[in-house]
Amino acid sequence: MHKESEIRDPLILGNKTYHDITKDIAFPVEGKANKYWWILFSLSFVLFLWGVVSMAYTIGTGIGSWGLNKTVNWAWDITNFVWWIGIGHAGTLISAVLLLFRQKWRMSINRSAEAMTIFGVAQAALFPLIHMGRPWLAYYVFPIPNQFGSLWVNFNSPLLWDVFAISTYFSVSVVFWYIGLIPDFAMLRDRMSAKTAPMKKQLYSFLSFGWSGKAKHWQRFEEVSLVLAGLATPLVFSVHSIVSMDFATSIIPGWHTTIFPPYFVLGALFSGFAMVETLLIIMRKVVNMEAYITIKHIEYMNIIILLTGSLVGTAYITELFMSWYSGVEFEQYAFLNRATGPYWWAYAIMMTCNVLTPQLYWFSSIRKSFIATFILSIFVNIGMWFERFVIIVTSLHRDYLPSAWTMFSPTFIDIGIYLGTIGFFFVLFLLYARTFPVIAQAELKSIVKSSGSEYKNKK
Amino acid sequence: MSKNTLYGIFDCELVLLEAVKEIRANKIEIKEVYSPFPIHGLDQALGLKETRMAITAFIYGCIGLSLAALMIYNIMIIDWPQNIGGKPNFTFYHNMPAFIPIMFECTVLFAAHLMSITYLIRNGLYPGAVSDCPDPRTTDDKFLMEIEVEGDLAALKAMLTKTGATEINEKDA
Repeated sequence: MHKESEIRDPLILGNKTYHDITKDIAFPVEGKANKYWWILFSLSFVLFLWGVVSMAYTIGTGIGSWGLNKTVNWAWDITNFVWWIGIGHAGTLISAVLLLFRQKWRMSINRSAEAMTIFGVAQAALFPLIHMGRPWLAYYVFPIPNQFGSLWVNFNSPLLWDVFAISTYFSVSVVFWYIGLIPDFAMLRDRMSAKTAPMKKQLYSFLSFGWSGKAKHWQRFEEVSLVLAGLATPLVFSVHSIVSMDFATSIIPGWHTTIFPPYFVLGALFSGFAMVETLLIIMRKVVNMEAYITIKHIEYMNIIILLTGSLVGTAYITELFMSWYSGVEFEQYAFLNRATGPYWWAYAIMMTCNVLTPQLYWFSSIRKSFIATFILSIFVNIGMWFERFVIIVTSLHRDYLPSAWTMFSPTFIDIGIYLGTIGFFFVLFLLYARTFPVIAQAELKSIVKSSGSEYKNKK
Repeated sequence: MSKNTLYGIFDCELVLLEAVKEIRANKIEIKEVYSPFPIHGLDQALGLKETRMAITAFIYGCIGLSLAALMIYNIMIIDWPQNIGGKPNFTFYHNMPAFIPIMFECTVLFAAHLMSITYLIRNGLYPGAVSDCPDPRTTDDKFLMEIEVEGDLAALKAMLTKTGATEINEKDA
């Protein structure tokens, strides 16, 4: 059994027994959806449909339907791509890095954070796919000789590294998620009655792969989880480093900096944790998980946001300093133009939402408030979207020749695709919240006797 | 004499762990323990060997790394060398810094997936497999100890009760 300091706050409230945990986790799957679920689902579905129409229009007519132009030839799509990939980072961080550090608070939130990762990365993958223009030729990105001769992909290119990094990240995350889900699906299977819900019983029976919970299986389960965590940890850091190299290995002033990999990884963790908070604060209400996702969990995440937010702020200032210190006028202009040029407002939003407002978490009353956390997490989501917009658009819109200088503005289709992916993401997440065990209950049961409120109060 | 199978059901993992130790100390073989979550120390108490999953992951990772290196060498150096940004393209090791990211990703890809597949195969888990657990409550809140006995059934039942079993069932023949 784990030993835990008595002064630590309980991670599971309400004196839960093992059976209570089973009942609570099975409740959203067995019960009917409430009003809030239907409202959120309908809204998300409408956005999703708008996205589908916009994507179909783009594929039908071409990339000309977007706001891109010759100067700003990479803007809205790659901003959204990086934003979604960044959001995908917290899931694996919570399940892998926090597992290696033996942080027990991850157990209440890792399942949903991983679901968020998988759905987020799926949204991200849509953007390069649509931007290809002919998505049915997407297999060209893989190393297969195509029909025009031995024309291979270029292994020197960060864009190909990205293909490998993201497909590996996505598939390994799915596997990690599913290995943990098997015992929980078995729990649902064993609760379903073959008489009243035969279809459901069959479904969960199929999904649980015949899990029985033998001692040897659990021993292997623990080792496989640990090794997967060990493999996923460098993977998390590699994925966003490689995404940042899409920019950093180019020679565009404002992109060509060595600070990009750590700066992007920190930004990804920062935005990922903010999205986890946004989702979980809603989810704990919608599917009644208040006893498991407590203010303590939120506070721990807020501390990570405070840390990563401050580090991201340091990176912004370092960039400014280095551009001045480089003595290269193009580099200096790129950053001066970012902060004071026509997109100054985007820079101001980025600075406010990513550097200034997270500093409020120094106050314990704000750190320990669901409402304040929810509002600030939305701020971070917005701020991190603008960070990518600032890096991408402001670096491009002042080209080498002033005659090529231009501005970027999104079209109706651009906005539709972006909001469509948000809708798609929430559609997936809401369906997940009704059909999957939203908390890793098997693992959670193993800490009840050290971190549950009943055992804390006894001491 | 025919073999009987006894199922001792426990409510608490700590009681179960002590019971396992005591029963094994009395030279009685425990066939299997079913539990709703991993119990630390149970594998040692049952005398299970250490699992070799991590070793398989290492081997699969090495395979992934080698295959990735081989693939890139064939594509970039042998089959179709190109001058890309003046990067050296005649020898693998000169061009290797640019290949490291993909070699790393392939290592992780192979290690993670093949280890997970090995895990599923070794545990006999596959879509549609049927659980052989004798009591469905073991995925909820009960811990089950399965013992095969030849001979004195009553003595074993008494021992199970003494060590804390809350319920003892016999397998229906």
